[in-house]
Amino acid sequence: MHYESPVRNSLILGDKSYKDITNDIAKPVESKAPRAWWIAFSTAFVMFLWGIGCILYTIGTGIGVWGLNKTVDWAWDITNFVWWVGIGHAGTLISAVLLLFRQKWRMAINRSAEAMTIFSVIQAGLFPLIHMGRIWMAYWVMPIPNQFGSLWVNFNSPLLWDVFAISTYLTVSTVFWYVGLIPDFAMIRDRAINPVQKHIYKILSFGWGGKAKHWQRFEEVSLVLAGLATPLVLSVHTIVSFDFATSVIPGWHTTIFPPYFVAGAIFSGFAMVQTLLLIVRKIFKMEDYINIEHIEMMNIVIMVTGSIVGVAYITELFIAWYSGVEYEQYAFLNRATGPYWWAYWAMMTCNVFSPQFMWSKKLRTNLIFTFVISIVVNIGMWFERFVIIVTSIHRDYLPSSWSMFSPTFVDIGIYIGTIGFFFVLFLLYARTFPVIAQAELKTILKSSGENFKKHHDEHGAH
Amino acid sequence: MGHTKHNPIVRALFNDDDVVLDAVKDLRSSGYHISEVYSPFPIHGLDEAMGLKRTRLSTAAFFYGLAGLFFASWLTYYTMTADWPQNIGGKPNAYWFLNMPAFVPVMFELTVFFAAHLMCWSYFAVNKLYPGAKAQNPDPRTTDDHFLMEVELEGKETDLTKKLQELGALEILKVEA
Repeated sequence: MHYESPVRNSLILGDKSYKDITNDIAKPVESKAPRAWWIAFSTAFVMFLWGIGCILYTIGTGIGVWGLNKTVDWAWDITNFVWWVGIGHAGTLISAVLLLFRQKWRMAINRSAEAMTIFSVIQAGLFPLIHMGRIWMAYWVMPIPNQFGSLWVNFNSPLLWDVFAISTYLTVSTVFWYVGLIPDFAMIRDRAINPVQKHIYKILSFGWGGKAKHWQRFEEVSLVLAGLATPLVLSVHTIVSFDFATSVIPGWHTTIFPPYFVAGAIFSGFAMVQTLLLIVRKIFKMEDYINIEHIEMMNIVIMVTGSIVGVAYITELFIAWYSGVEYEQYAFLNRATGPYWWAYWAMMTCNVFSPQFMWSKKLRTNLIFTFVISIVVNIGMWFERFVIIVTSIHRDYLPSSWSMFSPTFVDIGIYIGTIGFFFVLFLLYARTFPVIAQAELKTILKSSGENFKKHHDEHGAH
Repeated sequence: MGHTKHNPIVRALFNDDDVVLDAVKDLRSSGYHISEVYSPFPIHGLDEAMGLKRTRLSTAAFFYGLAGLFFASWLTYYTMTADWPQNIGGKPNAYWFLNMPAFVPVMFELTVFFAAHLMCWSYFAVNKLYPGAKAQNPDPRTTDDHFLMEVELEGKETDLTKKLQELGALEILKVEA
């Protein structure tokens, strides 16, 4: 009944029992932090504090402290917003779409990928808030009765759709994550010795006891949430792309944006999952659970989505030429050969060229190579957003107002600060949360565990 | 499961999901009533073997989603058409349906928002899960690698104990309910 084809590789290596899974996954929570964790945490925390300082400076003084000018009036803030939202997409893709497709390899990585989703959407959400300039007016984006007569928010605007999309995405991802975490918190609660720790996990685990009826509801709720999260994740980056696509700026006014943004989001998100998990599996010795099979699967996703993004870039160029619109043609010519040529070709190299190495099995199963490519892809995806946003507006219809964008220390500081904030959250998560969905993982031990598979192959299925 | 309150219960501990599933099937066919099974992970087919009814949470989610859709339709109608209609970007807004295509993203998001959140609240409520609740499992090993079955005791205790031992129970304990 736990049979799986011998063609499929084992997902849990070694001679593991249910008890071993519990011990291995509870270990990082129960033991002291390794030195590497403290070094990483303090570095991230310093970056975070620097970012807070720059944000406070921006709020106190005004958006003028950024490098924006009359022509380039939207730059790093929105670039970083789109970059962070995109990174978030892989978590939902892994936990929701791969659940619907019944992909068992998702189980070792979905918890951390979803954590990454939530933490990166938090970073993303910061940018629209601070780029409003007057953050204390942020509640104006909500459709609430107000003192201006009956002036409401504009439901025709993609910026408002974004408010609804991002807040739905953040909160739904969080409950999806938490519903899955409850049984694992209960596992830690039930073996905690330290009374303080036991009390904290008692609160977090909501009293979960693993009753048969509760598991039945758990599976139903997970399935329905996956069904809801799948169109949701596609809608979020679609709506983010509408921020540009519904405008009439050459280079932004492009109907290919929704699928192209979604593919790019999955691409960058998987790269970030690779970066994080390659470190997590090493530091917490989880190589048996997050093994080459998982890394290879993710590299294939990176290769496919990278190629989709490549096709989108080329389609954009073709359509710009084919449209016959002079301004559209110039926007793309300027992107590739204008003063920002280096950003365009950095994007092309990182996003289209570098993932093609993954056609080679040798390279896509090489950990160091994977790690390098995962960083390269995220640099490339940052450049993609920068290229779309800045190169489309820095040379507008009036050549006398053509200009360049140069970031100030505040622009850079806020960006670095969000990277720090992201890692602060992720590192705290990695020390206090079960980083692998152990309850779910136990359900595949008998079908995908190395020892059980070997047993099946030798003695036949039963 | 409410009527378990009167009969004493026998608790049997197992260490394998297949063994516990077979034991449930066996005991049920011999006429015993399994009042609960605590397990560290979902066991496929256990709900059917125990005779549990299908959960209605997904049906509830459908109606929650519908409520979200209606709320979004009303909200956009009230704010954009009824209360203060404005000509924005030349989009037709004489009545709600004309302007509706621009509201589809918000209608979709609120449908998902309502369905997902209200379903999760319902899930917590029916499972009696809330922050700080007392652990529902009587034995802490059932979140690790053990499986605890609760069988209602009707008839002789020795018969049931013997049967449970044959079915692979590691520990057997009688509790008065």
